[in-house]
Amino acid sequence: MLDPHVPPSRTPRADPSVPTAEQVATLSPPSATTPPAPSSAAEPAGARTLLGTAWLRIRRSRVAVGSLVVVALIVLFAILAPVLSAIEGQDPYTSLTGPDYLDGVDTPGLPLSYYRYPSTDHWLGLEPGLGRDIFARMAYGARISLVIALLSTMVSVFLGTVIGAAAGYFGGKVDMVISRVMDLFLAFPHLLLVLSLTPILQSRLGGTALDSGSLLPVASLVIILGFFGWAYLARVVRGQVLSLREQEFVEAARAYGASRRSIIFRQIIPNVMGVVLVYATMLIPTNITAEAALSFLGVGVKDPTPSWGQILNAAQAGNWYLSDPWFLAVPAGALVITVLAFNLLGDAVRDALDPKSSRH
Amino acid sequence: MTQLLEVTDLTKHFPVRSGAFRSGVGVKAVDRVSFSVDAGQTLGLVGESGCGKSTTGRMLMRLLQPTSGSIRLDGREISELRRSDLQEYRRQVQMVFQNPSSSLNPRQSVGSAIAAPLLAQRITPRGGVKAAVRDLMDRVGLRPDHYNRFPHEFSGGQKQRVGIARALALNPRLIICDEPVSALDVSVQAQVINLLEDIQRDTGVAYVFIAHDLSVVKHFAHRVAVMYLGRIMEHGETREVFDTPRHPYTQALLSAVPKADPAADRSGRIRLTGDLPSPTDPPSGCVFRSRCQLRPRLDPERAALCADSVPGGTIACHHHTTGM
Ligand SMILES: Nc1ncnc2c1ncn2[C@@H]1O[C@H](COP(=O)(O)OP(=O)(O)O)[C@@H](O)[C@H]1O
Ligand SMILES: [Mg+2]
Repeated sequence: MLDPHVPPSRTPRADPSVPTAEQVATLSPPSATTPPAPSSAAEPAGARTLLGTAWLRIRRSRVAVGSLVVVALIVLFAILAPVLSAIEGQDPYTSLTGPDYLDGVDTPGLPLSYYRYPSTDHWLGLEPGLGRDIFARMAYGARISLVIALLSTMVSVFLGTVIGAAAGYFGGKVDMVISRVMDLFLAFPHLLLVLSLTPILQSRLGGTALDSGSLLPVASLVIILGFFGWAYLARVVRGQVLSLREQEFVEAARAYGASRRSIIFRQIIPNVMGVVLVYATMLIPTNITAEAALSFLGVGVKDPTPSWGQILNAAQAGNWYLSDPWFLAVPAGALVITVLAFNLLGDAVRDALDPKSSRH
Repeated sequence: MTQLLEVTDLTKHFPVRSGAFRSGVGVKAVDRVSFSVDAGQTLGLVGESGCGKSTTGRMLMRLLQPTSGSIRLDGREISELRRSDLQEYRRQVQMVFQNPSSSLNPRQSVGSAIAAPLLAQRITPRGGVKAAVRDLMDRVGLRPDHYNRFPHEFSGGQKQRVGIARALALNPRLIICDEPVSALDVSVQAQVINLLEDIQRDTGVAYVFIAHDLSVVKHFAHRVAVMYLGRIMEHGETREVFDTPRHPYTQALLSAVPKADPAADRSGRIRLTGDLPSPTDPPSGCVFRSRCQLRPRLDPERAALCADSVPGGTIACHHHTTGM
């Protein structure tokens, strides 16, 4: 669960070793069963584009809609962090200490029971030790965690698509070199590497324009996670492009004199976007987990900046999870729900885009 | 009739990457093929699967670079064309592909697929690209209001019509049709062939029509070239070839064509014996000799000729004049 780079266990169905040309070519039921256009004219024009069909399928699946709603709520939670904290009347940095809030006798630092659990003042209670508002820290932490996950996913997806497409399209020596690099990246013990590289990168970035406030850990995690996450996608894209390149519609484009650029961007890329989208929705939860793991292990986001991993780290740091398990349950529960929702959504997107699926 | 296309000794070798053949020339997919096509006419290129028809077509379209030989359009050598000259050539020659499903991009609407050649060649027709595309769709029997539909909404025959409209978009003088009907139902095959004939009558376009079935080209092609293992066995006027086939391979192929009359005499049917030789290791001399029905009946001296020298000419057989 800690390794961000082994692809999510439910990977896109596109197996890189199996050419998916057929899948690309047979986007519909066999032509024999496709009604001739005149009889299908009853449907509104354009209603059955592939994305349209996919969206219809998503809307008809309860799991898909449910996970989509949960994901949307989590994103809203992050976006609205300042608004929600303002409504609550708290902020993520103010420490409420002293005997009014925290126990000073039996377990020094443990919030008094009113403050330990959800209340109207502190919707998720107070943090043991420092006495900060957990709800505000979770909301602001969601921003950091999601931003890191989204940006690093974008970096990986960009690198994976471009590198994989280049390998598949140009073939020959380019493909050979890229494929070996991909193998190397896939064989790395990522967690160890990321653990050791992140502090190095952070010290390198120290003093640069990126070294201000919470930007440094965010930037370094985005770079590290993004840089180590592209290889699997690149392999999938390479396989797809390799078979797409041989498709007759690409030959047709060459035959009427389309430029190489237009062949790549008009003919090939649109056909790999589906698998890229599926992979991206599955890489996001992987990167959320990876951020949490790295921050939990102390090399990612650090106090006072909140992230879900940092809050987990705080929960275990003073052994608070023994005396105040609630404080551990909040970030852990949020992570589980978020990762589950994203994974279910990824599954749903994959099923919806699968041309072979007969569920309409 | 003015000659449009002239192909001389066209050859394509593919390297073979597995073990034993690494050092040799590999697959002689097409070997010294020569034929010509007159303006506004149809040449049927026929042969069993794997005999090099598609490779020939793709060389004519300049999707593959010939190993050797010449391709001339209006007497001008095109096998070495580059950049803008090649781009100009692509306006003259277009192609219709075999597989109606994979020849259309599943993520591109049929309208923009038909418009794509115009955009790639930076041609703006009078009245605009959209109007031109609607006109093309109308000409191939598609409803112009299907402009924004996607290929998976169409049947195989309709997809092939889209492919034909796309090939027509640049108003070419020659269209290479690579088994355009092989993947279609028999009833649809006739419709598509009729469409191609109508287009030829209207526009005077010439076709190189590839098929693996002689009966498909019988009523459609003006001339026929019969291929076997990368070589042309017999080349001539369609009527001559069908009425008096002179190469033993053509005779065998024609005798296998089902007769319309079920009561017709089938005793003349010639069965080819043996397997199709591997194109990596074709027989020496006449490539057809290992399956030839004529050769066992020849005296040894003449049979030796088949193994020793490669027959040439429009009927690639040493014995066709005397051997019948
Ligand atoms: N790109 C290629 N690389 C290697 N061999 C090829 C390639 N394309 C075709 N061939 C070989 O060339 C021969 C002729 O193929 P093709 O022209 O596709 O035949 P046809 O269209 O008549 O069925 C076959 O033996 C085929 O295996
Ligand atoms: Mg072929």
